[in-house]
Amino acid sequence: MASSCVQLCRRSTSHLRSKTWCVTLLYSTHVQNRVAGTRTSIETNAGGYPTIHGNHSIFHARQRRQQVGGCYYSGYNASPLLPTEHRDTKELMSMDALSQIKDAQPMTETNARLDIDVAVYPSALEEISDEDATHTMVPSPLPSESLSLRDYVDASETLSKLVQLGVKLWKLEQRPNVGTMLLKLDFQTDVVPRLLFLKEIGVEDSGLAYILSDNPFILKEDLENLQARVNYLKSKKFSPETVASMVTRAPYLLNFSVKRMDNRLAFYQQQLGLNSSKTRGIVARLPRLLCGSLEPVKETLRVCKIELGFKDNEIQHMVMLVPKVLTTNKRKLTQIFDYLHNTMKVPHHLIVKFPQVFNSRLLRIKERHLFLEYLGKAQYDSDQANYVSLDRLASLPDEAFCTEFASATLDDFLMFQKTM
Amino acid sequence: MATRAIRRFRRVEGLFCVYKPPGIHWKLVRDRIETCILEGVNDIPSLALPHEANVFSEPGSGSRGPTELTRSAVSLPALAAHPLVRGPEFRRIKVGVGHRLDASSSGVLVIGVGHGNKRLNDLYQMCGTRDYTLDGEFGFATDNFCRTGRIVERSTYDHITRDKLEKVLAMLQGANQKALLIHSNVDMRSQEAYEMAVTGELGPRGKSPPILTGLRVTSFQPPHFTLELQCLNETQRYLRKVVHEVGLELRSTAACVALRRTRDGPFTVDQALTRGQWTASEVALTVQRYSNLLRD
Repeated sequence: MASSCVQLCRRSTSHLRSKTWCVTLLYSTHVQNRVAGTRTSIETNAGGYPTIHGNHSIFHARQRRQQVGGCYYSGYNASPLLPTEHRDTKELMSMDALSQIKDAQPMTETNARLDIDVAVYPSALEEISDEDATHTMVPSPLPSESLSLRDYVDASETLSKLVQLGVKLWKLEQRPNVGTMLLKLDFQTDVVPRLLFLKEIGVEDSGLAYILSDNPFILKEDLENLQARVNYLKSKKFSPETVASMVTRAPYLLNFSVKRMDNRLAFYQQQLGLNSSKTRGIVARLPRLLCGSLEPVKETLRVCKIELGFKDNEIQHMVMLVPKVLTTNKRKLTQIFDYLHNTMKVPHHLIVKFPQVFNSRLLRIKERHLFLEYLGKAQYDSDQANYVSLDRLASLPDEAFCTEFASATLDDFLMFQKTM
Repeated sequence: MATRAIRRFRRVEGLFCVYKPPGIHWKLVRDRIETCILEGVNDIPSLALPHEANVFSEPGSGSRGPTELTRSAVSLPALAAHPLVRGPEFRRIKVGVGHRLDASSSGVLVIGVGHGNKRLNDLYQMCGTRDYTLDGEFGFATDNFCRTGRIVERSTYDHITRDKLEKVLAMLQGANQKALLIHSNVDMRSQEAYEMAVTGELGPRGKSPPILTGLRVTSFQPPHFTLELQCLNETQRYLRKVVHEVGLELRSTAACVALRRTRDGPFTVDQALTRGQWTASEVALTVQRYSNLLRD
């Protein structure tokens, strides 16, 4: 065939006008043939695997595109590397010669494949029968990517069921990767078993939405792992009701391994020097302790001991009354203590009795103390008359504080706030 | 169509003032107000979901063969509009702050919400004066002129009397009066200057160095004393420095203990909202009152 080619080319040298134009034309036809070849070959390959769904098909398409691209590239590159005689003959070819070659070989393999390829996509204007119409796949109006879950809620069973449950999707979609994760979940196989599991351990219906809004990753956890963690908590003599309330209040609790939980329980028991039942009490009241990092807690304990000068048993007593002291920011702790101890002159033993003050804001304590001092009623010593207890000072709402301790009206208090 | 949230938002749009407590940065105050207003504006009981008509084409059943199509129109609740999916209507609100107050000072802070921010600009182009109350203490000087700063000098203050203090303040006020005339950019020998001085609007337009237009002592109990002053284009640091310089002028030293702004243009401390009152309903009331007041 090559020799006939050369002959044809020689015959048509007179038609030659522009060398380079011919070369480019040739390259493009060359590439086209290559493309057609690879496409058909891949399609036959794909036919070989009968089980191809969803993601796989996307993958294949991508692969195909890549291969085609690769071929194009290689086709374009390969030709300059051809031996010189070949290149000479090609350069001699003209457009007429090419058309003749094409006409001369209508039944070759590549051309037949090209025809098949064309037949796959009928014209858009062609009329189709009803039977075909029923089989036509209508492309879904869902966007392939979106910034919000709103586009998918009506189409996805998982999402719509989660909404009916009361999960705050608008909050979840702001977190990275959570939206994609939720969309990929199957309601029957992924979501239902975990919800049933949570119900089984005693979580209230209203708690489910809260847990899922806070920790959607529980839907990806292994059921066996979840069961193992609940079993661990029960083996540590937490009652089933306590476990349920702990899981509701600290939704991430069940995502942590048994080893990690065990570490934390041991840490609190050892650092605070408490017996196991008291540790259990603290953890049951603030299950967040089992989830968080231990380093800030260590830091807080150090601050209480060294900087604020509380003794070990005093820290124990405070933590037993208000476990939240352990997770309080150390800066806030020192600020409030500084104000209580140095400005309000409250001794250590009174602060230990009312650790609730550390939950309150410094500004609130400050303005109430100044108001009482202005009225001459700032008296925090429990041995004397007209005693103001610290926790009431810190936790009462404004109206109650005014009537109970300051015996003034709320307006007076507001006026006083404006003179600070 | 304005939803209920938008209508509520329209009501809080405008200017009002709050009382900034001492020891808190103004940005925190701004953020707190924004969250409080957002809470109030978005707090709406869930409405019925809008229904959306969907048409389904399904292959019909049995007898006529699978090619028969039946169309069924079904009205389904559109979950995309559910409050849990859509989220709150307002995620952020434009809240602007007028003339700033630094962390350790307290007092009236003007806040603009929504289109109020534009009026905030107009307000400050009018160059209104501001009232301050300064609590000072004789006997020590600090590096940042506050009581909290590092003490750099101590001195006696027994020789200071109220007369001496007032003398110094009068001198200070004289110097400032002169500065006011210089920066007003009007020829002092013109009729225009006379007329402006008569109506009391003689003063700098736009930028100028800080100028004290009024200065007096309200209480004097050594070592404590209280000054009340009106000023233009000031910063809180400049005012503290004034206290420091008064101390030096009296052959002693002084530092500022507390700094309170009692008026900012038309906004006074009486109408300022304190911390407990930063809610959408209270803000709406105050904005309403001020929009009437500013229009007059």
